[in-house]
Amino acid sequence: MARIELRGISHTYAGGTPALKPLEMVWEDGGSYALLGPSGCGKTTLLNIISGLLRPTVGAVLIDGKDVTRAPPEERNIAQVFQFPVVYDTMTVFDNLAFPLRNRRVPEGEIRKRVEQIGELLEMSHQLGRRARGLSADELQKISLGRGLVRKDVAAILFDEPLTVIDPHAKWLLRRKLKQIHQATPVTLVYVTHDQVEALTLADRVVVMNEGSVVQQGSPEDLFERPAHTFVGHFIGSPGMNFLPCTVEEDAAVVGAHRVPLDANVCAKARVAKGPLVLGVRPEFLRRVEPESRGAIRTTVSHVEELGTHVIASASYSGGADEQDPKELKVKLPEGTKVRAGETLWLELPLSRTTLYADGQAVSGDAAVRAESHG
Amino acid sequence: MKQGIELDHVTRIVDGETYLSNITMTLEPGGFYVLLGRTRAGKTSLLRLLAGLDRPTTGTVKQGGVDVTRRAAGQRNVAMVYQQFVNYPSLTVFENIASPLRLRKTVSQEEIDRKVRDTAKKLRLDALLQRLPAELSGGQQQRTAMARALAKDAELLLLDEPLANLDYKLREEMRVEIRRLFQGRHDAVVVYATADPVEALLLGGNVIVIDEGRVIQRGATLDVYHTPATERVGEVFSDPQMNVLQVDVTDGAEKQIRFADEVQFPAPAHLKDLPASAYRLGIRANHVRLAQVAESDVRVPAHVEIAETSGSETLVHATHGKTTLTAQVEGVFRVAPGTKIDLYLDARRLFAFEPSGRLAAAPRMDHGTH
Repeated sequence: MARIELRGISHTYAGGTPALKPLEMVWEDGGSYALLGPSGCGKTTLLNIISGLLRPTVGAVLIDGKDVTRAPPEERNIAQVFQFPVVYDTMTVFDNLAFPLRNRRVPEGEIRKRVEQIGELLEMSHQLGRRARGLSADELQKISLGRGLVRKDVAAILFDEPLTVIDPHAKWLLRRKLKQIHQATPVTLVYVTHDQVEALTLADRVVVMNEGSVVQQGSPEDLFERPAHTFVGHFIGSPGMNFLPCTVEEDAAVVGAHRVPLDANVCAKARVAKGPLVLGVRPEFLRRVEPESRGAIRTTVSHVEELGTHVIASASYSGGADEQDPKELKVKLPEGTKVRAGETLWLELPLSRTTLYADGQAVSGDAAVRAESHG
Repeated sequence: MKQGIELDHVTRIVDGETYLSNITMTLEPGGFYVLLGRTRAGKTSLLRLLAGLDRPTTGTVKQGGVDVTRRAAGQRNVAMVYQQFVNYPSLTVFENIASPLRLRKTVSQEEIDRKVRDTAKKLRLDALLQRLPAELSGGQQQRTAMARALAKDAELLLLDEPLANLDYKLREEMRVEIRRLFQGRHDAVVVYATADPVEALLLGGNVIVIDEGRVIQRGATLDVYHTPATERVGEVFSDPQMNVLQVDVTDGAEKQIRFADEVQFPAPAHLKDLPASAYRLGIRANHVRLAQVAESDVRVPAHVEIAETSGSETLVHATHGKTTLTAQVEGVFRVAPGTKIDLYLDARRLFAFEPSGRLAAAPRMDHGTH
């Protein structure tokens, strides 16, 4: 199994703008990782560089310390599971699973043993003898996955949006299977997806990409609770993080007529930081408080959405550099909360749940967050 | 249009397969209707029939009091937006939006100009009017298709899962916009098909729940959500899936409910009047928690299958015997498959369905929630 290292990788397509800006990354043996980002963020380019379908313009790919940058895909021992299952439907499930082994001239006896093991892991033992034709989408996708797992020499399995074709209500079953398999086998898994649930559920470490750059690497908790970049705050979570334009004084952010207390250290750093300043706070962490409470912001509800499980209120406040220009934020309230358009809400931004961003990057009391965000 | 759309015993059968079954209903002018159903429930079949693209096998369709059953799509005043982004690739955004107006020939260039710009502004396309569809993002392409449908001023506007092909972030932004777009169209009937319960709730208005080609419930969207007439409606109108427990209600000094072998609890107030019998109890995932909150919460020991997280919330799927239960909790919660946990069901939030699926009792909506 394998440790994958990306050293100073960047990529520019012929004549185009850079698809991938310089990045460094290490994926440990046996870990589960996700590359998460919107379409066009560079995640598929990165996937193709790892699998060997694409040679990076600059930088090196190392698998277990060995430079494979110039090695073709078949020499890398990396298996891929695509969005649409690639299965030979006239072959039996057994023969489909055996295919990569037969290609490598593994003795039949060994093939049988290995395929039966994988069949059991996939809960498909009873289906090994039947033809693949007519199987459901999730069964076909399990076979694609099995074809990657069946090879003992496989270093890593790369998944490209593997659950796109699966019925939404059956997705969790396949996700559970993927998790169980990873618990049972020490293979390195890399999921490429635009779906936050996919990434946060399947991977222990998630790499968030935007416009060809890695904006944060971290655990699901890190990404939700401590977004290092405004893009992560926006992209992870539904609805995404609120961003309130502000200025800073000694120990507070100034939003319109309101002062929101902050760590003095953070404020000191923000004063010398470049680019616009915004305060980030998630809709679920805003707290309703008594009118005129210290540090709270006065807002006027403009729109209420009853979502069954909770209520999302959009509320406007006057703030930022331009007092006349009302800004909007969202607040998530418990199911059944009675709130109407036009109503005044005083909202507190809890210190521990509020992050100050300069030019998109989190300003932290220490230097750790910034370093982390560059992976 | 004064009388809206009237469907009278409409059935559509193709090659022996029933696509739509005996639908009778009236869609009021100015009404906003969400057509909610799972994949292959008949949503697209119904929209195509309303558009005049398909004919019913039996039954009639009236539009504004006139029988249009046999009238072709081109002869009806209908606009439709599809799940796939459909635009004219060689025309600019401006010309795409203008195209139905140009077809009409009676609209002046001035009027076209004004209409296109107004509509483009509403859909935030005003800076993109000279672009070609290929130069737009998916979200912008779908906005263009919607602008074309809106600019047409049709009596009947049909939208077939218009957001289904968008990334979830874009979908999140656009579904908020959509409601604003269609408010204040008092002349037209708008039908919006979706498989997504959250989208249905966001859009509000009235909901038509469709399943296996039949309309299984109609009403104000929130009412149907809170009082599903059958277990199937509850299922279609819940995401994540509604939990269902097979139980026995027994008489005694106090009415008891027994689930599986080891879980027994007193019937909550709203289920006290149920005659003793077998029932299926439904409870939405957000009313199943991982810690006891109310005294009446029902503890169910379970084994974790998987925890799925979106960041904002986590779905914990767990099994008790043969029953799978899902709890929806706030934030990121990580727990390994196989872990033993206790689930707590908010007894005040239980729906009771008869074995036939019919609703026997629903939670009272007046008490506190969390």
